[in-house]
Amino acid sequence: MQLTSQKSFSIIGNRKTKTRVEKAAQIIFFICAFFAIIAVFAISIYMLIKGVPALAKVGVAEILFGTEWSPTASEPSFGISYIILTSVVGTVAAILLGVPVGVFTAIFLSQVAHKKIAMMVKPAVELLAGIPSVIYGLLGLMVLNPLIYKLELWIFKDSATHQFTGGSNLLCAVIVLAVMILPTVINISDSALRSVDPSLKAASLALGASRIQTIFRVVLPAAKSGIITAVVLGVGRAIGEAMAITLVSGSSVNLPLPFNSVRFLTTAIVSEMSYSADVHREVLFTIGLVLFAFIMGINLLLSKLLKGGDDK
Amino acid sequence: MITRKRIRVSDVILTAFIYLAAALSVCLLIGIIGYVFIKGAGRVDFSFITSVTSVLKGTVGIAGNILNTIYIILLTLLIATPLGIGAAIYLNEYARPGKIVKLIEATTETLSGIPSIIFGLFGMVVFGTVFGLSYSILTGSITMALMIMPLITRNTQEALKSVPYTYRQGALGIGATKWYMIRTILLPSAMPGILTGVILAVGRIVGESAALLFTAGSGYLLPRTAEGYFNKILEPGGTLTIQLYLSMQKGEYEVAFGIALVLIVIVLILNALAKAVAYKFTTKK
Repeated sequence: MQLTSQKSFSIIGNRKTKTRVEKAAQIIFFICAFFAIIAVFAISIYMLIKGVPALAKVGVAEILFGTEWSPTASEPSFGISYIILTSVVGTVAAILLGVPVGVFTAIFLSQVAHKKIAMMVKPAVELLAGIPSVIYGLLGLMVLNPLIYKLELWIFKDSATHQFTGGSNLLCAVIVLAVMILPTVINISDSALRSVDPSLKAASLALGASRIQTIFRVVLPAAKSGIITAVVLGVGRAIGEAMAITLVSGSSVNLPLPFNSVRFLTTAIVSEMSYSADVHREVLFTIGLVLFAFIMGINLLLSKLLKGGDDK
Repeated sequence: MITRKRIRVSDVILTAFIYLAAALSVCLLIGIIGYVFIKGAGRVDFSFITSVTSVLKGTVGIAGNILNTIYIILLTLLIATPLGIGAAIYLNEYARPGKIVKLIEATTETLSGIPSIIFGLFGMVVFGTVFGLSYSILTGSITMALMIMPLITRNTQEALKSVPYTYRQGALGIGATKWYMIRTILLPSAMPGILTGVILAVGRIVGESAALLFTAGSGYLLPRTAEGYFNKILEPGGTLTIQLYLSMQKGEYEVAFGIALVLIVIVLILNALAKAVAYKFTTKK
């Protein structure tokens, strides 16, 4: 018995069992590969199944464009437009803050820094990417929050109408998000900058351009598609982040102004799912669906960009 | 004239910005790790790691969460590694370019871009409610498996691509069948790359929180009996990150920093491990 089963795998095995094993292997591997398709379709379908009923029950316009979010009131109201707006504004602000720093750091690593220094900084950046998001949240809460509260007290010391947030506000969440997208932006921009043809750089330097001119006029435009990819991935990471900003963004739904307590799409789900019921829960799934739609849009944009990059 | 360099103001400003940005990034990293080490060091000792939080005994510890994390890592890898490697083998060795391959690659890409909270919602609804597993380590592991599959697939694909084509021709040329060739030549040659992928996946699992909050729940106790260790996979269990989040929510910041320190040490070890494997990989070639 032992012998025959051994034989079927060997080169000199019987032909019939050999083809059978071959066929089986191919089919098994195909099924493995098919799992990704099943997963994406199942996720899409379930997000729709769970997210759409609330839209029908409460009304599309009331949910998407309503500004009042009071799901547990006796006359509940489920407007999530401020929540959507917060996610958009927060993500854009985090990108505006994080991308310049990230791209400049990537320029430093790939163009300016001594090889030895780059070799020390690069692993550090990779490590930054591996730190669990809750730790960013913890530091945001313990370090950033008090600082921002001080700033808030100073700015609004004469204001009678401002609702103090104790530092948990949009500004705090944006800074945490900006730090979190840094590693993504740095790593991808860095490899994009490194893959620029060195002869372009040499030609520019030979023509008398300074090193900085070469970097900003020649190398950076040549690496454009890679850097755009980095930005889009950064957007994806920022809009989908939940745990890091749940405790630093405040706990009520407001217009996304820097010193307002706000709720993002993600933080609304995280902080309300545990006590929600009935329609409230369904609306939370609708929020998930909105987030999912955003991510799918970003994915689509990304694949378009990558394809466009290949054509060149 | 040609020897004297004119200094451009814009050059100086931009150079300053470049150094400033780099310094900021490095300071952030050192600051984050340093702060956690300083704040957490006072909290972490032997009993913190080996005991369970109990009011009765007056102990505060994370042993239960460490055990949960290990359970989830092992179960997730058990599900995702074969699937991920299998998918990579299919894409790299069997598939002919066409619609299906394109669809598989696009969906793998999409899967890796979906935020973890969506996985959490999906896992809660499908594995928790529809499959009836409710909040349990198994639910969490299946959900995590979906999340890390693309990572393993991509790394395995890269590893397979780097195996020289002559290896395949050589094996097939002496009459090996395809599966035999994959099993005895390709997989062993690609092993370091696959291993790197698995280590990165472990890092993802250790750091994940949003996907597990709604699927694996938040238990923190150790099983009392031997049987309990087996039944554990069907019971809720919070990983280190979940416990960190919960302590933070309750305002137990000291405990939170202790857990953060343990997490950062784990991440550091995993990173070093991945580096070591990758280094071996590149020098061997």
